[in-house]
Amino acid sequence: MRSSRAGWLFVTPALLAIGVFFAVPVLAALVLSATDFDIYALADLNNVRFVGFGNYIRLLSTPLFWQALKNTLFFVVLGVPTSIALSLGSALLLHAGVARAKGLFRTALFAPVVTTVVAVAVIWMFLLHTRYGLVNYGLGLLGLPRVDWLGDPRWSMPAIALFSIWKNFGYNMVIFLAALQSIPGDLYEAARIDGASAPQQFRYVTLPSLAPTLLLVSVLTIAGYFQLFAEPYVMTQGGPLQSTTSVLYFMYEEGFKWWNLGSASAVAFILFFLTFIITRVQLALARRWSPS
Amino acid sequence: MKPRPDQRRAARPRRIARLALAVALARVTSGCDAVSTPTLELWAAGREGEVVSELMPEFEARHPGLRVHVQPLPFLGAHEKLLTAVVGESAPDLAPLGNTWLPEFAMIGALDPLDDAVARSAVIRSADYFEGVWSTNLYEGRQYGVPWYVDTRLLFYRRDLLREAGFEAPPSDWAGWLAMLEALARRFAARGENDKTPIYLRLDEPELLIALAQQTGEPLLRDGLRYGNFRGPGFRRALEFYVNMFRAGLAPQHGMTQIGNLWDEFARGNFIFYVSGPWQLGELERRLPPELADSWATAPLPGATGPGSSLALGSSLVVFSGSKRKAAAWSLIEYLSEPAVQRRFYELTGDLPPRRETWTDERLTSDRNVAAFRAQLERMEPTAPVPEWERIQKEVAIISERAARGALGIEQALAELDARADRILEKRRWILERSSAAAGAQEVTR
Repeated sequence: MRSSRAGWLFVTPALLAIGVFFAVPVLAALVLSATDFDIYALADLNNVRFVGFGNYIRLLSTPLFWQALKNTLFFVVLGVPTSIALSLGSALLLHAGVARAKGLFRTALFAPVVTTVVAVAVIWMFLLHTRYGLVNYGLGLLGLPRVDWLGDPRWSMPAIALFSIWKNFGYNMVIFLAALQSIPGDLYEAARIDGASAPQQFRYVTLPSLAPTLLLVSVLTIAGYFQLFAEPYVMTQGGPLQSTTSVLYFMYEEGFKWWNLGSASAVAFILFFLTFIITRVQLALARRWSPS
Repeated sequence: MKPRPDQRRAARPRRIARLALAVALARVTSGCDAVSTPTLELWAAGREGEVVSELMPEFEARHPGLRVHVQPLPFLGAHEKLLTAVVGESAPDLAPLGNTWLPEFAMIGALDPLDDAVARSAVIRSADYFEGVWSTNLYEGRQYGVPWYVDTRLLFYRRDLLREAGFEAPPSDWAGWLAMLEALARRFAARGENDKTPIYLRLDEPELLIALAQQTGEPLLRDGLRYGNFRGPGFRRALEFYVNMFRAGLAPQHGMTQIGNLWDEFARGNFIFYVSGPWQLGELERRLPPELADSWATAPLPGATGPGSSLALGSSLVVFSGSKRKAAAWSLIEYLSEPAVQRRFYELTGDLPPRRETWTDERLTSDRNVAAFRAQLERMEPTAPVPEWERIQKEVAIISERAARGALGIEQALAELDARADRILEKRRWILERSSAAAGAQEVTR
């Protein structure tokens, strides 16, 4: 018993920190999401009404919320697979050893991850400029028409996704690279002796060995991509035509711009449940597909 | 207070901790080395926040024993920071507040009413201020601010290119304006200049549309500011006029990101007109090539019938109700409202002074482009004084952008705007009904 008491003693500081900085705020937000706490509540707390699920119901009938959800899903569907494929591809290339100056490339591809979103977003705004941008110049060389990347509602989200992928894929690449380096070489040797071609080696040796890493990377990436905020905040302020208003950007406007803290808390919980459900589905699928 | 490197290397943990404590204490006390002299806290956003401290030495010389600490705020975060400070009871003594924010701050009780102070003041005379901007400082019959500078919107145009197209003077009403824009569009088309449009308008900025709608004399909210009045004839006319500029190809259907450098495009003659505020005067002088210095001009906003009104925007000095130095804060407001000080402030920022006496100075009257603003300042309409206005205006931006791009018809857009405004104003209606019910109950018991 004494040892268990000592154990509790050791975890108490951590538990306290988690309680004060996580559990209490989350509970407070949950309570807040059941009220119509807004700017009038700052004048007089009697102006707060308990609305139960009212905020959630009202959000579900708010066109902009649905649009934000649609935009975010579009961003996730477009961004996550592309980003993971790019990370895996570049990790394989770096690992294969065909590339010279491996260290240089590793650093160059990882560099965007450690740069500031705001600073590189400004550079990307120049790159994506309709008239003078390098991207459209490239399209022009290929004989393709100019695209109004950040001003056209059809292209704004792909442009943001392009920027996000470039900004983030290096992180997953490093994780993949570490996983690739830990695959024992004798597996490949055995495969080669059995006459497996390079694609077969990839399919039957590399991919299964990477499965746990792939799961981890996809869970992290999806959770991260659902929280799209800084890119539209800096580059488009949610426009044009709300085409880059993500769920988090919508929440930020509700909460901090219009001070509808009740409604903003409800948005946060909806996003949480959405991410939670998707992660559970991923884990369930991973369990079903795992060989054991 | 920073330790030298050689010291730092020698320092043992405890000494480092002691040093850190000393540094921290030094920071805290330097913020108020005012144990003896009382210090006024002034928060100001944007460029004004950076330069207003240059006006402070004279104030401090006139008020020995009083000091002013100016805290500049970034412009984009200013509203949130001030609101959070009020909630956290750490608001400054005074601040310039965007006058569209004033109803919100007054409603939550963050501001000190200034009616008595204004009535007693020898410096601040309400009759000397432009009426439009003065009235933005009233909320439910009480005064909470004194205008510091005025902001409004009017026309900037290329005089030379307009003259080339055969127009000697800028337009003064909607019909004349439209005729001019159409003639310019035909001229561009005839010359094969497809990249050019007669006017450039930012689709995400609803200010022009609001100003046009207010020119019609019909309020945008009805029934004691409880419901939207967008389906009323005034706003309908303005929206039709505004949307037509985009649908008829007189203005490009761009958002804000499209134009990389407004001044370059203006210099190239890619558009003849645009609508903006007083800060553009300085920008144009700085950024246009010198040979174009005489080629541009400003003009008051054309009206529905004859010269029109524009928005009464700007910034007002307010005293926060939590301040412990309200009298001192008021004396600083009076100082900043003196015509001589306002002229110096104008030289520092280019912000337009809110009172007529300041405008008698030659530095302000000699510039023809500033004179157009002077004319506009006599014709300004405040926006609806409800805390929800900014939010409603954002919806106007969203819906009018859809309508301009052709995604919504005029009728649909108007209905949608009324629906959204009514929903935003729901809480206001509930509060007004509750307080009138309470008042009714009191009547009965009497």
